[in-house]
Amino acid sequence: MQAFTATEGINMKIAVLSGKGGTGKTLVSVNMAAAAEQAVYIDCDVEEPNGHLFFKPEAIAQENISIKIPIVDPARCNGCRKCVDFCKFNALAHTGQKLIIFSEVCHSCGGCALLCPEKALTEKDKVVGEIRRGVSQNVRVVSGILNPGEASGIPIIKKELSYAAEGDGLTVIDCPPGSACIAMESIREADYCILVAEPTLFGVHNLGMVHELVRLFGKPYGVVLNKCLEEENPSEKYCVDQGIPILGKIPFDKEIGRLNADALILAREKEVYRDMFFSLLHRTSKEVGHEAAIDS
Amino acid sequence: MKIAVPADDRSMESNVCISFGRTPYFLIYDTETGESAFLENTAAEKHCGAGIAAAQTVVDSGAAVLLTPRCGENAAEVIQAANIKLFKTFNGSLQDNLDAYKEGKLPVLQEIHAGLHGHGGN
Repeated sequence: MQAFTATEGINMKIAVLSGKGGTGKTLVSVNMAAAAEQAVYIDCDVEEPNGHLFFKPEAIAQENISIKIPIVDPARCNGCRKCVDFCKFNALAHTGQKLIIFSEVCHSCGGCALLCPEKALTEKDKVVGEIRRGVSQNVRVVSGILNPGEASGIPIIKKELSYAAEGDGLTVIDCPPGSACIAMESIREADYCILVAEPTLFGVHNLGMVHELVRLFGKPYGVVLNKCLEEENPSEKYCVDQGIPILGKIPFDKEIGRLNADALILAREKEVYRDMFFSLLHRTSKEVGHEAAIDS
Repeated sequence: MKIAVPADDRSMESNVCISFGRTPYFLIYDTETGESAFLENTAAEKHCGAGIAAAQTVVDSGAAVLLTPRCGENAAEVIQAANIKLFKTFNGSLQDNLDAYKEGKLPVLQEIHAGLHGHGGN
């Protein structure tokens, strides 16, 4: 049997996702990164990033993330409303006297400024959030933060993913909950997806959502069952029925709950937890290798 | 003068729709001719910005008054910029609410909610 001693040569991008918040995405991502020799942890849950609460990274480098939004020169606007009719997101309205731009609704496509026959619209930068990069022992921590009220975290996620490990190295991507655009953007470059599931009927429904997503994207995937009890686990049954590999099980355990609630990293607190996430890392690595072998 | 009201159906007996942005129809009632017209609200199916697009429809209808149970902040910005007055409806038919408005019994809509954004998913 292989001893779990080193993670050298583990070169993969793993995305961790779930159909809803609170299933354990951050628990799994933070601990997998912490259990590795070297890793990059990227928190793409830009609406409520919390991985940094566990890592408490140091030497933070901060950068603002901007998007382009239109501004109008009222002297040039003749009220033709081509921009209003064009905007798929309804970010513009014209009252007959003036053009109103809703920058929080704007998705920065630039179409209105391109289309305006009077050249009344130009674009300017608007800060929608920031990225903080720091170090926590063996882990480089990247956190994206979307400013409240902004429409989309995608520009932040795109930039965050550019900080993934280059060449050899492990990158763990902590995805936003659900299966909407921001989750899609977060898994786009992943080599493998880990779906975290709770042992309830509701959990099965949420697992089904992300299962559909990863199939749609043609990503290899496996499941981590979290909060496991002795009794029947509907999510486990779903995996067996659907033929989804179960990569690991995390027990419903008071000590895990307590350490986690104290913002401590399980894998850094106790050998037994370190081993648990180490073996999850190895199992995942084997799955990725297996997929690569099938592809070639 | 024209009055706009979100409507569940194309009938004066229909209820006022509880949603402004995603109402299926708008009643446009002309106080001078007594005529009622129903406009389809194309914004109802939009992924986002439904309130803004619905407000644009009301502005384009030429209405001077909007009767609605509630209104989000983005829609209200468009409505108010077009100097359309906002009044709050009660649970009842379009006709009942129009009658109440004519008798001066509808209060001005004071509370503008922060919007129900993101229903279409981004």
